Amino acid sequence: MSLDVPRAVEAVWRIEGPRIIATLTKLSGDLGLAEDVAQEAMAEALVSWAQAGVPANTGAWLTAVAKRRMIDAWRRRERLDERHRAIARELSEATEDEWRPIDDDLLRLVFTACHPALSRESQVALTLRVVGGLTTTEIARMLLVPVATVQARITRAKKTLAAAHVPFEAPDPSEWRPRRAGVFGVVYLIFTEGYAATTGERWIRPDLADEALRLGRVLIGLVPREAEAHALVALMEFQRSRFAARESATGEPVLLADQDRARWDRAQIARGREVLRAADALAAARGKERGPYALQAAIAECHGIAADVEDTDWERIVILYEALARLAPNPVVELNRAVAVSMATGPATALRIVESLAAAGELRGSPLIPSVRGELLSRLGRRSEARAEFLAAAALTPNDAQRAVLERKAAAAQTEAT
Amino acid sequence: MKHMLIMRTTAEAAAAAQELDFEEIINAMGAYNESLMKAGVMVGGDGLAPEAGYLVEFTADAEPIVSDGPYGEVHELFNGFWILQTSTAEEAIEWAKRCPLGPGNTLEVRRVTDESDFEAFADNEYIQKEAGRRAELGAE
Repeated sequence: MSLDVPRAVEAVWRIEGPRIIATLTKLSGDLGLAEDVAQEAMAEALVSWAQAGVPANTGAWLTAVAKRRMIDAWRRRERLDERHRAIARELSEATEDEWRPIDDDLLRLVFTACHPALSRESQVALTLRVVGGLTTTEIARMLLVPVATVQARITRAKKTLAAAHVPFEAPDPSEWRPRRAGVFGVVYLIFTEGYAATTGERWIRPDLADEALRLGRVLIGLVPREAEAHALVALMEFQRSRFAARESATGEPVLLADQDRARWDRAQIARGREVLRAADALAAARGKERGPYALQAAIAECHGIAADVEDTDWERIVILYEALARLAPNPVVELNRAVAVSMATGPATALRIVESLAAAGELRGSPLIPSVRGELLSRLGRRSEARAEFLAAAALTPNDAQRAVLERKAAAAQTEAT
Repeated sequence: MKHMLIMRTTAEAAAAAQELDFEEIINAMGAYNESLMKAGVMVGGDGLAPEAGYLVEFTADAEPIVSDGPYGEVHELFNGFWILQTSTAEEAIEWAKRCPLGPGNTLEVRRVTDESDFEAFADNEYIQKEAGRRAELGAE
C-alpha cells in the first residue's frame, strides 16, 4: 500500500508537531512565528516527500526547514540582529540529526497556550493546535465551528501573547498552583464539551473527549509527580467509559441510573482505577489530601464499580461530595450532594439541602433546583408541590427534549395527586 | 479511533534476536513505549511469553478440541501487541514504523471496532433495551 503523502505528513505532524513548535518557540521566543514557520515546513514536506520520499528522521527534517524559514522571516522583517545571526550561523553548521526535543520546552508550550491572558476559546483552539498537533480543519470539525473561526481564534491568541510580551516559560513556583489549575481547566473543558456538548446534533462527541484524554496523558508525561494530572486523566477515563451507554439508539441522553451498564467500557474503568491509585499514592507521599479532580474521579469510580443504582455506595459518594464542597464550594456540587444524600439517607434530608440552596438564591434562572426539588417532593408524596416545581423547571429550560420530559413529569404528578 | 499493532516474528528473526544483547532490546523497546505514553496514544499492550500455549479448536462437534501448540505448524509467531488511540489510521501506521524491530518481524495495524460499528444493528435486543430508556433531566 502506498501512503497518501498529505495524510502521512499530517500523521507525522501529530506526533512531532508539538515538540517542533516547542523547539522553535524556545529558539525565537515567539510562538506566533514558530507556528507560522512550522506551517511552511509542513507545506514544503508535502511537495518534497512526494518527490524524494519520506526522510528517515521526519521531526529533524521539519525542524531544520522551519528554522530556515524562520531566518527568512527575520530577514524579511529586517530584524536580523546579532542574536539572530548567531542562530543562523549555528544552524548552517548543525546537522539535521542533532535535533533533540526537550520535554521542558513542551511544558512551556502547554503553559503558554493556556496562558491566562488568553480567552477560554483561544486557549482551547491554541492548545488543540500546538499541543494536540491538530490541523485547523480538524479542530473546526471537532468544535463544530467554521474553519475561519478557528483560524481567527488562533490568530487572536498569537497577537495577544505577543502584545502581552508573554515569556516562553513555565510559571514561577508562586504562580504554579493557579497556572497549573488553568491548564487542567482547559483540558477538562475540552473533555466536557465532548461529554455534554453544548452545540451540535449529537450531545456527546467521542472524538473531542478522546483528544482531551490524550492531552491529559501528555500532561502526566510532563508533570508525572502532580497527583491532580493523574486524577484528571482518571476522571476522564471513568466518564469516557460510559459513552456507549449515555446515548440512546435515537440519540437522546440516557441518565446514569437508566444506563445499560453492560455497555460500559470495563477496560477503560480499570485504567481509570489504576490512574486514580497512582494519583492517591502521589498525594499520600506528599502528605496531601485529594484535590478536586481526585474527588470527582473517586465519585465516578463509585459509579463505575457498582452493579446498579441500589448497589452504589451512596454514603461514600456523600462523603466525597462533602469533601469536594469544602475544597471548592459550588452550588452544582451542593445539588449533586443533595441527590446523593437522597439516595443514602432519604428525600427529606436532601430536600433541606436544596431548600437552603434556593433560599440563598443560588442557581436562579436555572431549571436545576426546581427539577431536583420536584423529584424529591414527588418521592415524599407531595404531588401538587412536585407538579409546580416540574412546571417551573420546564419554563426555565431552553432545551425542547428536556422540557417535554419535565412536562410529562408534571402531568404524571398531577394524575397521582387527584 | 483505536488500532491494535499486532507483532509477529519468524523463527529466523527470533533466533537472530537471541544473538543480540537483551538489555539493548529492553532499552530500545522501553524508549519506544515511553514515547507512546508521552504522546498520550498508548492505551494498552503486552508481550506474549515465548513458551508454547494451548489451542482451543472449534469444530462441528459439540466439544471444542484442546491441544498444545500451535508451535511447529506456524511460520509466524504472534508475540505481542499494543493498542493505540489516534485520530487517524495513518498516525497508527507512523507509530508502527517507529517500533524498534529487526528484520523478519512484522506489525499488523488493525482498527479496533467501536460503538459506531454496531449502528446497523439498531434493532438488536441489547441495543433496543436502551432505546426504551428515554432522555431525562438531572444531575449525574
